[in-house]
Amino acid sequence: MKKFTSPFRGLVLSAAGALLAFTTLTATPVAAAGDGPEIKAQKWSFSGPFGMYERGQLQRGYKVYKEVCSACHGLRLLHYRNLGEPGGPEFSEEEVKALAAQVEVQAGPNDEGEMFDRPGKPSDAFVSPFPNKEAARAANNGAYPPDLSVMAKARVGGPDYLYALLTGYKDAPSGMTMSEGMNYNAAFAGHQIAMAAPLNAESVEYTDGIAPTVDNYAKDVSAFLMWAAEPKLEERHKVGFRFMIYLVLLAGLLYLAKRRTWSRLKH
Amino acid sequence: MAHVSSYQPSTAIAKWFDDRLPIVRMMHDQFNVFPMPRNLNYLWTFGGILTFCLAVQLLTGIVLAMHYVPQESMAFDSVEHIMRDVNWGWLLRYMHANGGSMFFLAVYIHIVRGMYYGSYKAPREVLWIIGVLIFLAMMATAFMGYSLVWGQMSFWAVTVITNLFSSLDSIIPGMGTTIVEWIWGGFSVGGPTLTRLYSLHYLLPFVIAGLVVLHIWALHIPGSTNPTGIEIKSKSDSVPFHPYYTIKDGFAMSMFVILFAGFVFYAPNFLGHPDNYIVADPLVTPPHIVPEWYFLPFYAILRAIPSKLLGVIAMFASIGVLLFLPWLDTSKVRSARYRPIFKWFLLAFFINAVALGYLGAKAPEGWYLTFGRLCTAYYFLFLLVIMPIIGWIEKPSAMPGSITDDVLGKKPATAKTR
Repeated sequence: MKKFTSPFRGLVLSAAGALLAFTTLTATPVAAAGDGPEIKAQKWSFSGPFGMYERGQLQRGYKVYKEVCSACHGLRLLHYRNLGEPGGPEFSEEEVKALAAQVEVQAGPNDEGEMFDRPGKPSDAFVSPFPNKEAARAANNGAYPPDLSVMAKARVGGPDYLYALLTGYKDAPSGMTMSEGMNYNAAFAGHQIAMAAPLNAESVEYTDGIAPTVDNYAKDVSAFLMWAAEPKLEERHKVGFRFMIYLVLLAGLLYLAKRRTWSRLKH
Repeated sequence: MAHVSSYQPSTAIAKWFDDRLPIVRMMHDQFNVFPMPRNLNYLWTFGGILTFCLAVQLLTGIVLAMHYVPQESMAFDSVEHIMRDVNWGWLLRYMHANGGSMFFLAVYIHIVRGMYYGSYKAPREVLWIIGVLIFLAMMATAFMGYSLVWGQMSFWAVTVITNLFSSLDSIIPGMGTTIVEWIWGGFSVGGPTLTRLYSLHYLLPFVIAGLVVLHIWALHIPGSTNPTGIEIKSKSDSVPFHPYYTIKDGFAMSMFVILFAGFVFYAPNFLGHPDNYIVADPLVTPPHIVPEWYFLPFYAILRAIPSKLLGVIAMFASIGVLLFLPWLDTSKVRSARYRPIFKWFLLAFFINAVALGYLGAKAPEGWYLTFGRLCTAYYFLFLLVIMPIIGWIEKPSAMPGSITDDVLGKKPATAKTR
């Protein structure tokens, strides 16, 4: 085909350039929160196109959630069975049964028409700490501890933000007046957060040799919450890889077929 | 339709069927031997890509509708149920959500191609107008679909956009409010709003499909135009649709799917907004309410005008004016390739539209608002004033004598004589 020079070529090229910049941006999610301070990107085992969760980290993260966060925050969209499913913490079947049995679930009605409590089963949804929003507020000085099921996708920066928030507790800078009962947090929008610093070193026992520091707790629980929000991430990355290989091969074959077909024409 | 049929039924059954319903004949004539200009570039592959996008949205959408619950307290959770518990639900939902963005990306490229190569000019005005109507129906469908997630951004986008109609109160007091409450099915966005948006979101894609059939019908009367804008004159100017363009479209489509899959598998939430993973709450307004990226240029136009009513009118006019493009462009030369002045103003128009998109995502204050107004002014100035004037005063550059001459690189036959 005859070469032509037009502003179109420039437009197409700049569009391709923008697209490239776009995909590079998505590959390394360095996020800055809208109003808040800058959120530093962390190294996560699950980022990048081949990223997978780290079993040990998810199991530790679950422990931190269970022993610290779950006192106030629910995970209502999860079921206990999810803890044993592939691509997650992958607790064994017995462990999942034992973890589920730790909670009391209201069931019924029985033959007498009465509701009753029974130990949780893997098929049960996670039990939230408060029966309703009002009860949650009443127990927390009027502040509502949000459900964390999709929290890792509901904030700019995702798990980076969660980590920054959990490690962002500091003394308020001099000159800043804090409202009654609020805590200073470097990562939180407006810097005044109702939740007190939740993590303390050595408050959760780690049995796999990882140091029980606030930094590790924050990292592990952020990774766990990312899994809670995106439990099919590993399946997505695996299927995506196979699909991409297939597509690239298909595109290559189509390109060759196209060239061969068009070579029949006189140029 | 516009050409003599070359279909020959090869069996007695085929002949019997052809005498009763000549659908095989139609497919043969329209998609097999249909004469296409031989010099189309890859920008012409987006018609096929758009058909593919519509098919993807329809197929994934129909399956999603089997699992989605359009009810105020269950909508958000049912989406999460699809993501977590439905077999391949995460794939269907991410395909559908990103598919919308891909659909708009493709349609914008398709529109840009049409404007650059003058695809709207006689005898293709009706083809172009149907295209604008498809674009409008797409926007309505995408807006309604986005609301179904019932997250914070869904809820407040519906609130803001439906509230635009209340600006009619400044014409007849009470009229706007009445219309808005009629749309809502109540005194605020709520359950009744969600169910009607769901119903219409399911209906409109089939309207689009019908319009697409008309669009292709209208296309196949004059046939495709091409980068030179010169119609097919002899047999050597054209090639049959199959295999030349089936294979070329197929290759382009596979490249497009690679981009699409890149988003679906590796950045499925990149084009979305984090706030839409927060359940809709009528009592909490998000700090910034922004529409999806493909609506941003029009959102910028809406907010550039200080008066609410005039802003709404400007926003609808920015699309409505496209209907008149075939008559606003006074030049006889079809392709911008041979229009030395027009092509630069047109390029500026495209950059201006991207700039409007950028400004639509920013708060309308300070310099953002100033530039938003300047860009809005150029948008309308170009279409309503610059375009007709250039057509009158511009001297086109030399054009090849035919498509074949262009392909074979012959010297221009028509010298600069005008």
